[in-house]
Amino acid sequence: MFFHWLEKNPFFFAAAISIVISFAGLIEIVPNFAKAAKPLVGMEPRTVLELAGKNVYMKDNCQSCHSQMIRPFKSETDRYGDYSLSGEYAYDRPFLWGSKRTGPDLHRIGNYRSTDWHENHMLAPADIVPGSIMPAYKHQFTNIADIETAYAEAVTVKNAFHTPYGPEFKRTRAAWDAHRPKVLDDAKAIAADMKNKDVKEAVANGQVPEIVALIAYLNSLK
Amino acid sequence: MQSNAALEYDYSLAKKFTFLTILFGFLAMLVGTLIAAQMAFPELNYLIGEYGTFSRLRPIHTNTAVFGFTVSGIFATWFYVGQRVLKVSMAESKFLMVIGNIQFWIYFVGALLATISLLFGISSSKEYAQYQWPFDLVVVVIWVLWGVGMMGLIGIRREKALYISVWYYLACFLGIAMLYLFNNMAIPTYFATEGLGSIFHSVSFYAGTNDALVQWWYGHNAVAFGFTVPIVGMIYYFLPKESGQAIYSYKLSLLSFWGLMFVYLWAGSHHLLWSTVPDWMQTMGSAFSIVLILPSWGSAINMLLTMKGEWNQLTDNPLIKFMVLASTFYMLSTIEGPIQAIRSVNAIAHFTDWIPGHVHDGVLGWVVFMIMAAIFHMAPRMFKREIYSKKLMEAQFWLQTIAVVLYFTSMWIAGITQGMMWRAVDEYGNLMYSFIDTVTVLHPYYTIRTLSGVMYLLGFMMFAYNIYKTMTSGRQLTEEPQFRTPMA
Repeated sequence: MFFHWLEKNPFFFAAAISIVISFAGLIEIVPNFAKAAKPLVGMEPRTVLELAGKNVYMKDNCQSCHSQMIRPFKSETDRYGDYSLSGEYAYDRPFLWGSKRTGPDLHRIGNYRSTDWHENHMLAPADIVPGSIMPAYKHQFTNIADIETAYAEAVTVKNAFHTPYGPEFKRTRAAWDAHRPKVLDDAKAIAADMKNKDVKEAVANGQVPEIVALIAYLNSLK
Repeated sequence: MQSNAALEYDYSLAKKFTFLTILFGFLAMLVGTLIAAQMAFPELNYLIGEYGTFSRLRPIHTNTAVFGFTVSGIFATWFYVGQRVLKVSMAESKFLMVIGNIQFWIYFVGALLATISLLFGISSSKEYAQYQWPFDLVVVVIWVLWGVGMMGLIGIRREKALYISVWYYLACFLGIAMLYLFNNMAIPTYFATEGLGSIFHSVSFYAGTNDALVQWWYGHNAVAFGFTVPIVGMIYYFLPKESGQAIYSYKLSLLSFWGLMFVYLWAGSHHLLWSTVPDWMQTMGSAFSIVLILPSWGSAINMLLTMKGEWNQLTDNPLIKFMVLASTFYMLSTIEGPIQAIRSVNAIAHFTDWIPGHVHDGVLGWVVFMIMAAIFHMAPRMFKREIYSKKLMEAQFWLQTIAVVLYFTSMWIAGITQGMMWRAVDEYGNLMYSFIDTVTVLHPYYTIRTLSGVMYLLGFMMFAYNIYKTMTSGRQLTEEPQFRTPMA
């Protein structure tokens, strides 16, 4: 019997397992790959400040409680806005859809929450939303965001995956030094709408607190 | 040497990994209970600053449960079961011993460092694959070492035919290797530029919808090849050994094994129902999830029927209780999963607490119960001592069983309540509840869940204590017990 033979030949047994478990990935994932990678027409990749904010979002693991995937139900579009489209995620590495809504969906939060709202909310969520079980994220007001890593990320995705960043995005430190003031300008624009003195001071001194980057990112979710 | 002479097996590695199983199990459950409490009582969040928020701790809970506890349990039982079913001792090969010990130490140190990295928020953000690239490389090294050790042991085996458990361990090795490699493909940004920024940071090979597909192909099947396949392998060894009964049906084990291998991987896309993944993939995921009941229940029924005519053992041997309950929870979990994978059910269940509820009846009821039963069975053989206390084992069994039931019932109610409230509309078609209403209503269920966590953790501490006392002060055994595990 075939199986008795197979069970005495570990090499072929292992080969058989490998073949049987490979089918699904090959048939389900591979064919659609190129199509699913297309961005919406005219979509811009995130700025360096927004990328830095996305990295704060990942560092504090916001996606463990918040989704970024509005499903095509009336109850969801009423609550959060238009349902999500594949092309909107084309520059997201990694995808941040989340799998649990302990808090609400954030895919279009930029449409209905302001810088000011986020500033207050991240300091004391239950003061803004009574009954909220979200932790405060006070450390984001003092921790400094890593904008250099965000720039490195932009350059990497540009070179490796042709994400449409401009010609000024280069691998060199000189190119980063030249781009840095642009990031600080973006940060100043966010900080201008904030009240926290320490944050404003840090930005004036050329540093970007995590909260500023995070808010830039959240505001870009539309 | 005569072929039927008893072999002296070398259990040093099985023992070492058993200690890690208990250590990581305790840590995973401790953190799990803490974050469960944080959802009921959010003021518990900022106790150690940013390192004490729910969001930072949650990946530590999941990754320690998967890559700490379960993987240690897989290694511990492999280094016990592997030798015995292949009829060859580890001590016969110096090479295998060295490889095994290197694997142990890299694993131990690597797991600790990886856990610390998550605490600092160094994360690639994909669920159950959060470790950043340097730690991914360590995982690959550990896995390759395990593979070399496994192939080596198979290479020098005396028993030519591979026993069913070996099929499952082999599949675990191959499956996780394939999934882990593809899902964690990333480019370190530090090396893709002139050394700009953090050395840990990387970007995924895949973007958006593709990344989601690869992730859930991985995420779902990490469950398959980490939480199902090796655990089924364990029960195929330990239940017949403990009960003295032969496996009910060889044909059923064949059907279940190859069925599981073929079907499981297709079902990953059921995590992405109603998302931007193409409809046909979602439908495939749903359909294959239903088909998956067949091989899953095949294994479970094969186990239950193995006890045919010997059900009296259930009343007087608590270890049989653990294993029969594990099979039963496996059946519950593998019928619940397919139900959640039906589109209309998923529309309510997805994003709610029903999903963690499902995960936990599977993990607490099936995975942890089976691994603890395996350790209880192995301990008298490894330490040549009787189990310290049968009474403690009985008490632990009931405490933890009640805990699991409290966990999944509270999360079922919480999940369905929330899912229904999100979609509820008034007579004019307007949404009836603001989001926060659907959070505050869950407080009692989160409290019950916390209680169940405390109970389960207590049970696990009773288990750890029982094993510790067995090692140090259990009555010494002169010869190895044949079937039933001796206990005081």
